Amino acid sequence: MFTDFLSFMVLFNFIIPVSMYVTVEMQKFLGSFFITWDKDFFDPEIKEGALVNTSDLNEELGQVEYIFTDKTGTLTQNNMEFIECCIDGFQYRHREDSSELDGVCVTDGPVNKVQQKAGTEREELFLRALCLCHTVQVKESTKNGRDQIDQIDQVDGLGADEEVLHPPQKERGFIASSPDEIALVQGAMRYGFTFLGLESKNMKILNRNKDVETYELLHVLNFDPVRRRMSVMVRSKTGDILLFCKGADSSIFPRVRQEEVERIRMHVERNATDGYRTLCVAYKHLSAEEYANADAGLREAKLALQDREEKLMDVYNQVETEMTLIGATAVEDQLQDEAAQTMEALQVAGMKVWVLTGDKMETAKSTCYACGLFKKNTELLELTLRTLEDGGRRREERLHDLLLEYHKKAVQDAPPAKLGITRSWSVASHGFGFIIDGASLSMVLSSSSESNSSLYKNLLLQICQNCTAVLCCRMAPLQKAQIVRLVKNSKGSPITLSIGDGANDVSMILEAHVGIGIKGKEGRQAVKNSDYAIPKLKHLKKLLLAHGHLYYVRIAHLVQYFFYKNLCFILPQFLYQFFCGFSQQPLYDAAYLTMYNICFTSMPILAYSLLEQHICIEVLLDNSTLYREIAKNAMLRWKLFLYWTALGLFHGLVFFFGVRFLFSNPALQDNGQVFGNWSYGTIVFTVLVFTVTLKLALVTRHWTWINHFVIWGSLAFYVFFSFFWGGIIWPFLRHQRLYFVFANMLSSVSAWLVIILLILLSLLPEILLVVLRKPRGPHARQMKRRLPSSGTSTIFMLSQTASTHSFSWSD
Amino acid sequence: MMASSYKDEDGHISVSGSGAAAGGGSLRTKKPENTAFKQQRLPAWQPILTAGTVLPAFFIIGLIFIPIGIGLYVTSNNIKEFEIDYTGVDMSSPCFNCSKSFSWNSTKPCTCSIPFHLDQSYESNVFMYYGLSNFYQNHRRYVKSRDDSQLNGNEKSLEEPSKECEPYAKHDNKPIAPCGAIANSMFNDTLELFYNDPNGTKIQIPLTATGIAWWTDKHVKFRNPGVENMNLTAVFQGTTKPVNWHRPVYELDTDPDNNGFINEDFIVWMRTAALPTFRKLYRIIQRRNNMLPTLPRGNYTLEVVYNYPVRSFEGRKRMILSTISWMGGKNPFLGIAYITVGSVCFLLGVVLLIIHHKYGNRNNGADISH
Repeated sequence: MFTDFLSFMVLFNFIIPVSMYVTVEMQKFLGSFFITWDKDFFDPEIKEGALVNTSDLNEELGQVEYIFTDKTGTLTQNNMEFIECCIDGFQYRHREDSSELDGVCVTDGPVNKVQQKAGTEREELFLRALCLCHTVQVKESTKNGRDQIDQIDQVDGLGADEEVLHPPQKERGFIASSPDEIALVQGAMRYGFTFLGLESKNMKILNRNKDVETYELLHVLNFDPVRRRMSVMVRSKTGDILLFCKGADSSIFPRVRQEEVERIRMHVERNATDGYRTLCVAYKHLSAEEYANADAGLREAKLALQDREEKLMDVYNQVETEMTLIGATAVEDQLQDEAAQTMEALQVAGMKVWVLTGDKMETAKSTCYACGLFKKNTELLELTLRTLEDGGRRREERLHDLLLEYHKKAVQDAPPAKLGITRSWSVASHGFGFIIDGASLSMVLSSSSESNSSLYKNLLLQICQNCTAVLCCRMAPLQKAQIVRLVKNSKGSPITLSIGDGANDVSMILEAHVGIGIKGKEGRQAVKNSDYAIPKLKHLKKLLLAHGHLYYVRIAHLVQYFFYKNLCFILPQFLYQFFCGFSQQPLYDAAYLTMYNICFTSMPILAYSLLEQHICIEVLLDNSTLYREIAKNAMLRWKLFLYWTALGLFHGLVFFFGVRFLFSNPALQDNGQVFGNWSYGTIVFTVLVFTVTLKLALVTRHWTWINHFVIWGSLAFYVFFSFFWGGIIWPFLRHQRLYFVFANMLSSVSAWLVIILLILLSLLPEILLVVLRKPRGPHARQMKRRLPSSGTSTIFMLSQTASTHSFSWSD
Repeated sequence: MMASSYKDEDGHISVSGSGAAAGGGSLRTKKPENTAFKQQRLPAWQPILTAGTVLPAFFIIGLIFIPIGIGLYVTSNNIKEFEIDYTGVDMSSPCFNCSKSFSWNSTKPCTCSIPFHLDQSYESNVFMYYGLSNFYQNHRRYVKSRDDSQLNGNEKSLEEPSKECEPYAKHDNKPIAPCGAIANSMFNDTLELFYNDPNGTKIQIPLTATGIAWWTDKHVKFRNPGVENMNLTAVFQGTTKPVNWHRPVYELDTDPDNNGFINEDFIVWMRTAALPTFRKLYRIIQRRNNMLPTLPRGNYTLEVVYNYPVRSFEGRKRMILSTISWMGGKNPFLGIAYITVGSVCFLLGVVLLIIHHKYGNRNNGADISH
């Protein structure tokens, strides 16, 4: 009895599609090459394309629900440009193009005065401060760089490359750990003060009069994220000792004399709302005595063996007091190319974009506006330290109230619009944006009591999930990961994607299902830890909407087709047991059993799963809404699985019983001779191979020559193999079961007729379904066409904002 | 498309070659090649099955299948078939005694004769089948119990039959030829047909015993061991007959071309049937005279030498007389199936046409209103 059991196991083991794993792995491995090969991902600036570190996640790209993005370097270029400064409350703005709307700008002259000019002395002091207060180094090898460029220019002489190579030449002079500092030094250069370099503790500056000023660098009070400022102490030629300090407004304002603050605060806040990164600059005259104290303190702290950091910090804090505020700078971190379009497309595609950044709220918020994540009519729900301290009550109580209030607003009163295509447009018209900062987040996550903590977490999650966009600012790297984990483990376990470029994004890249690294300026850490690396943010759109969508559809079909084809392969064999006394007699010859999944039916589905484009890439990119159609694993649901299973059952029954009824009289040849059991199996198998292959052909929407080759090739190979296998008395084999069985089968008209009949009968429901489904087709397609066109135009309008061009468009 | 991609490739190679000298070569090579395949832009045919394209297909299928079906059905109906069960289960049956008193070692064969009447005359060649029911020739252990290389005339296999033949590989320490359960259970009833002339004489109808097996089986797959025209008795020296056989394999027929392993009755038996109820070709009644029918209408007698016991497993034995058409023996299934599928296709075509027509109008209206 046990041997019977084992025999049945052997007989029916094909129902478990072992070969599917091989095919799936091959599909994933080979499929990932198409991402690497995609030239749209090639960035001429860094001369690199996309990088695929794992081949396991191709289809997850089509299932992303939440995108967590870093701001600096991801949404923005991390390419700082000095925009304006404010000295003593007077605004200095430098513009190279005169297309500005205010039209007040004058382009000639190094300094453009918008309203009035501050005193020359203050102005120069400010610029000297910019020139001195930094850790920038001057690059020595400018000549080499130039040579190299020349060489390459000679080699290819391509216009595009030339353009790419020139910008580095412009800023080739400076190296710094932070691009902000370079921007500031260059900004000062534009106003006439050029930093020439550091030579044996002497900083040289070329001033407006082309004179070289030399300052002795005494101390650098390093920048750190907690202090959020840095200072230098220099001694001028005249012997004055000066301390220049620059840093975030919040860390500078308390340390300067208050009467100067208000004038500058206005500018700083306006700049921050415009999305610029602001820094305040202050200075202080140090008397010899003060300097001696500070110097001694610093030296002592630097030599300390224990708690050196804290001691240094103490000295820094003592020195950086009672300074005089001279001005503020605004540096623009430009948005990545097509950042707004990409974000818009991703949102339309049903993904929720969360921005996780370490930057301050105002800057991040304005970036969100610029990216179109927040719109003019988006209602912002803020949960930050500022709002927590508003009510004058304890923070915990306030937090509780705020959470409940937002929850009521965003979740309970939200319109009950559920999933659907229409939702994107209703959401776009009005929605909530949620802002939370690191401090508040840690309060929510580590609330005093356990029950409160989980309640808050839930409330927060629900609020966030009902908002179109969420901004988390002032986040530590681990907090980013915490947020990702919070969403990842929430109900329905949505697929999350993290994208970032810096080392501080690594934790969230590792935490999310799909981690994407941007090959940015901040090193390769993110790229190394990511699943996919792309050069630019804009490439995310194609990666998800085209590649992700296609791979998901492909793998979904691949898996279901495999179950289907093995089901209708084994079902006749199962049914045959009822007719052979349950003796485990195989219906098909051993060669057919082995070759079915390996040779006869594997290549077409592999080619399909690599090449299929049921919707072509351009349309996928144009119609972001198409991404919603496959959201929530839509193609691997029970309904579809049952459809494929039912199809497999139907086909198996048709194959077996069709031939069974034919064999009620096995005299099928016109000379009265009869067919035996191997002929029976061969007829069933022939129908089977043709039907499953043609079924795939019916599903295929994108017939390249490869598809043609493998589909018709497989069928031809089957026929060829059958002739070959049955055409020879095989030496060394004790069985010649199939000798001339196939050829004899083809000599029988009845066999031909039954094969044609059964193939057609099996495919008939499929064709019928296609026809019945079709009436919705053209209509739906028209709808889809219409929506995105309006969508793109809104994007266009948003990005152009006040530009006069938009009027001519909407005549 | 291809031309442009090749051009790009050439340019790419030349740049990277000289770029390597400039030190930037390694970066250059990372640029993805702009070929149609790698960019997933292979020219593709994108068929869209619409009602418009499928509807004609439905009609065409219907129009082709229905005539074929009718043809098949008519052909099948024109095939004359006569079937008689001679198992001898009933007391009244002439073969009852033979079937009841069957013993393996009886030397004297039991015979019985069954009279029957043909209502219509059989004009063309008539094929005589024997049919067995409830006989699982497709049982796994039965199917594999044979040695094809022995049957192919391999001398070594003749002396040393395959293990698959067990327990019918050796008997009394002699190899069995042909070995295995299939051969051992070979059908060995002898059927003879007599026409009862209206004037009282019994005329034996000549039966042809050749042309009943597949040509390739008879001429390639099955070979007698030894060289051509050798005395079969000598060739099979040292082997023994299968346990249940009355005669050794070299005495199956007197005709040397139909004796031994290439005996066609034997070959036919060795092609295992697909289903437990089956028929196998036994003899062919050739049409002798163009003027006379092969089997005229009238009374016949089937003389059976009853050697094959089937009652122990509730089996049945039949004798079938049948004419043959281009589609084989009588089987209404194909005709009915073709007619059904054809009609369904045609009907669906009509229904879909109506739906399509109505829907198409509505669709146009909607477009205009936009």
